Amino acid sequence: MALLKIEHLSKSFDHLHVLEDIHLHVNAGEFVTILGPSGSGKSTLFHLIGGLLKPDEGKIRLNGEDMTGKRGLISYMPQQPTLFPWRTILDNVLLGQELQGKRDEQLAIEMIEKAGLAGYENAFPGQLSGGMKQRVAFIRALLSPQSLICLDEPFSALDDFTRLEMQQWLLSTWTTYQKTILFITHSIEEALFLSDRIIVLSTNPATVKQEFIIPFERPREKSLILSSEFLQWKRELTESIFER
Amino acid sequence: MSKLLQKGWRPAAVLLLLLCIWEAAVHLANIPRWLLPAPTSIALEFGNGFGGLMPHLQSTILLTIGGFLIGCTIGIIVAIVLHMLPGVQEAVYPLLILSQNVPIIVLAPLLVIWFGFGLLPKIIVITLVCFFPVTIAAMNGFRTTPSEMKHYMLMAGAKKTQLFAKLEWPHALPAVFSGLKISATYSVMGAVISEWLGAKKGIGVYMTLASSSFRTDRVFVAIFIIMIVSLVFFGLITAAERWALKWREEES
Ligand SMILES: Nc1ncnc2c1ncn2[C@@H]1O[C@H](COP(=O)(O)OP(=O)(O)OP(=O)(O)O)[C@@H](O)[C@H]1O
Ligand SMILES: [Mg+2]
Repeated sequence: MALLKIEHLSKSFDHLHVLEDIHLHVNAGEFVTILGPSGSGKSTLFHLIGGLLKPDEGKIRLNGEDMTGKRGLISYMPQQPTLFPWRTILDNVLLGQELQGKRDEQLAIEMIEKAGLAGYENAFPGQLSGGMKQRVAFIRALLSPQSLICLDEPFSALDDFTRLEMQQWLLSTWTTYQKTILFITHSIEEALFLSDRIIVLSTNPATVKQEFIIPFERPREKSLILSSEFLQWKRELTESIFER
Repeated sequence: MSKLLQKGWRPAAVLLLLLCIWEAAVHLANIPRWLLPAPTSIALEFGNGFGGLMPHLQSTILLTIGGFLIGCTIGIIVAIVLHMLPGVQEAVYPLLILSQNVPIIVLAPLLVIWFGFGLLPKIIVITLVCFFPVTIAAMNGFRTTPSEMKHYMLMAGAKKTQLFAKLEWPHALPAVFSGLKISATYSVMGAVISEWLGAKKGIGVYMTLASSSFRTDRVFVAIFIIMIVSLVFFGLITAAERWALKWREEES
């Protein structure tokens, strides 16, 4: 059964029709990416899933149960890292757990170390670079007790070097910790490199335009993005996005 | 310590220069003592009268601390209540501002009529001058919490109390401290004014006695003491701020 299932979801702001009859599902353990241009309503979709907004129509189900408008059932990494500057890295990472009850410091320290941030446990976010902050925000999402993680363009603010490195790190961490990921991006390459499945959104209003199952084997290496198969896929996706 | 010296020598030099000009002017123009005493004679009076001053100083400091703590606590509570109840905030906000437009000098005698010569009217005066900067600063701090952070907390399932304790309060803390610093200096003034209402001891009492007997040098001693106490208070709050907001230091 699908972990997350979205049915007939529509949302407008005043007179702006943002999402129109969205259908999608995410299976447990899957890495699904939503690909859409800037302003198409991707963040709005996440805010709906997270219960921050209420849809005009449609249902969101988690494990078959209606979770429309309910908060705290998914783990979330926002578009900006939004670390709390007055909390140490360790306390930041544990925030999601703290809200739900118990803190597991042991695991948190272990994950901070694995993310290459050993020694920064008691540092404050102001001392970290952009890439490091994103890692911390991702660990925070990963440590939260919910099994579905929604990542909103986590790497769009990073430079090319850091981004590729972070994508690889994300993949290896994801395989280790067995979570389900719903990922948002506007980068075709990023979507291809990371996902099991890609859902392409159209704009004004956003609808699900097409869905692609990506067959690349895991674990995926950096060299994948230069292979002819990858470039072939890139062409196909680009064509799908530009055709009306 | 060397940092203090590095930053502090400029204002200290200016202060010293001003005092020298004052001293010279008094001597050159032959200004009578009761009109404007020279800094040296003020210092002399301070040294001679120090023993007699101590009880006054002590009572003023106690009054200041008590009034400051009560006033700021009320200020923070008012800010939290108004933040949690936006409807009430709209209704009460103009009243808050009006409360600051009533001249304390006019209000003070009224308070004595209502509450007598005890501690209560004095605490009310200090509270009135203290709570406002704290309330305004704290409310502003709560209100300016970044919406992305709020969204994160809400989507992560934070309850209203968690949202306040883990996000809005720590975010507002720097603002609260700026309010506290303003209130700290106001509270000394407030204490002195409240002592004019009628008290047995206190710098305010000392000051009234001095001015009614044309002991201008003593008036200046009182003025300098008020300034020093205010500065020390300000310094203490700044130290507390440093300690509570360590994360800000390490950021820069
Ligand atoms: N609370 C809101 N009130 C009114 N309009 C909104 C609100 N939130 C989003 N919108 C509008 O909805 C549209 C979609 O916004 P959204 O942030 O979901 O886009 P996005 O796909 O995440 O874009 P980006 O890739 O730039 O992050 C935009 O036109 C935006 O102006
Ligand atoms: Mg967005």
